[in-house]
Amino acid sequence: INHIVHNGGLYKRPFNEAFEETPMLVAVLTYVGYGVLTLFGYLRDFMRQWKIEKCQNATEREEQKDFVPLYQDFENFYNRNLYMRIRDSWNRPICSVPGAKVDMMERVSHDYNWTFTYTGRVIKDIINMGSYNYLGFAQNAGACQEAAAKVLSQYGAGVCSTRQEMGNLDKHEELEKLVARFLGVESAMAYGMGFATNSMNIPALVGKGCLILSDELNHASLVLGARLSGATIRIFKHNNMQSLEKLLKDAIVHGQPRTRRPWKKILILVEGIYSMEGSIVRLPEVIALKKKYKSYLYLDEAHSIGALGPSGRGVVEYFGLNPEDVDVMMGTFTKSFGAAGGYTGGKKELIDYLRTYSHSAVYATSMSPPVVEQIITSVKCIMGEDGTTVGRARVQQLAENTRYFRRRLKEMGFIIYGNEDSPVVPLMLYMPAKIGAFGREMLKRNIGVVVVGFPATPIIESRARFCLSAAHTKEMLDTALKEINEVGDLLQLKYSRRRLVPLLDRPFDETTYEETED
Amino acid sequence: MDMRSAKNYVFWLFCQFELITCSYLMEPWEKVLFYSFNTGMVGMLLYTTYTCVAAQVGTALRLLWHCLGTQPDSAASVVK
Repeated sequence: INHIVHNGGLYKRPFNEAFEETPMLVAVLTYVGYGVLTLFGYLRDFMRQWKIEKCQNATEREEQKDFVPLYQDFENFYNRNLYMRIRDSWNRPICSVPGAKVDMMERVSHDYNWTFTYTGRVIKDIINMGSYNYLGFAQNAGACQEAAAKVLSQYGAGVCSTRQEMGNLDKHEELEKLVARFLGVESAMAYGMGFATNSMNIPALVGKGCLILSDELNHASLVLGARLSGATIRIFKHNNMQSLEKLLKDAIVHGQPRTRRPWKKILILVEGIYSMEGSIVRLPEVIALKKKYKSYLYLDEAHSIGALGPSGRGVVEYFGLNPEDVDVMMGTFTKSFGAAGGYTGGKKELIDYLRTYSHSAVYATSMSPPVVEQIITSVKCIMGEDGTTVGRARVQQLAENTRYFRRRLKEMGFIIYGNEDSPVVPLMLYMPAKIGAFGREMLKRNIGVVVVGFPATPIIESRARFCLSAAHTKEMLDTALKEINEVGDLLQLKYSRRRLVPLLDRPFDETTYEETED
Repeated sequence: MDMRSAKNYVFWLFCQFELITCSYLMEPWEKVLFYSFNTGMVGMLLYTTYTCVAAQVGTALRLLWHCLGTQPDSAASVVK
């Protein structure tokens, strides 16, 4: 459903998000495909059990055949019979820096993807549409790399301790002050791993007797952190503010389930950009609801920091809101900064509490110094403090690339999910054979894409996910679009039934929005 | 030229069939099994059409012709 929302003046710019419905014929044919594969899966399992065919997957030992079966659930059936057939589209080894173009090692399989052998050849200059390299900082030359090399020769690579013991370097203090200034919050703390930031800090913030309201499509790290904390978890529909408000009202009115006491804390978990859908959270409405019902907000900006907003400061700046309204701002350095790790930002008392009580601060090794230096240099570049306008130009280039790429794909007739401004572009494939075919055909044409299937997405909604980068030039995007068009015609992927009115190619303007006709 | 483009089109249609029914992903012996099953089903369908449906359609047409044939006599009697 396509809608442009102006909710009581909360939004300063039009919010264009679209999730076109699956065409009925496509859904039916997808189920037909899965049905055929399931039947053949049962046939192959039968043959393996009766030793007609060699069994190449993991099974129990002979002595354990009478125990409770380990590999009989749907996940393992799917793994043996469906995932194995298209496995060559994943875990592809690359052998260069994952910039706009990447080199990949060629591999072949002689026994239908059960084992792979390397031919020794390296496929060079594949256009990389799958790396989370939003601002193009994944480089092996340039200011960031030189600074990191200098720090490597000065500090070495390992820290050999946790933050609380002997691992608190002056570089970490410098990084945290810089990140706090970048986000516009009082204080920040950095961790060595983005996943661990979420899963280890949410248990430190909430416990039993608290309520967590989490979006349907939250990332596994948020779900794990919420479950580890022991709080009650309630799920609201994806980006649906009516659902969230209903849950908040019920929580305030009814309190805890049996004792009816008020909840100790209510924490709302949302993400800035959802990486599987490409949708942006409705932050102004969430903040309005949080203030009305007196709850706390935890915003995970893993994909949106550096990628949204006129100066790259994330989804808070994109909507023009005050960073002090968000109680805990979390993000990762993996995506837009070309490094590894995560951070949390907020009030000084909160971050000082996390320094003492977070599991990650107490037990996890602190960040490696060259990685810290890469982040410091890239953040300074984005803010413009290194004396050049390179950072600002990259943010604008990313926004232009996003608009151009999404508009061209929609004009061609593909079904694209998500918001107009998000650099994550999911293109719907639906049928299981097309997942494998798309990955292979694009690789033949020298374009590397990431295709996503069942456990990460609903079973019929498989997709190809493009991640745009500021390092992609317009020529690269045009080449990629030409090949996607060809492959789309070859595999019949142009399912969309709505045709956009093709616009003239105007220069990037923050107030333009698309017009559609049904 | 026309033959080649017609052949290409038929080959492209076959590829679409392969993609939709996921026989694109199957090993050769699985493909043989699947296609022979499908061909068997379609063959049986055609045979049933040829034997039974033609006879039924013939009977239906004969009935219709009989109704139309007796119609002028009954119409005339009603008018009068």
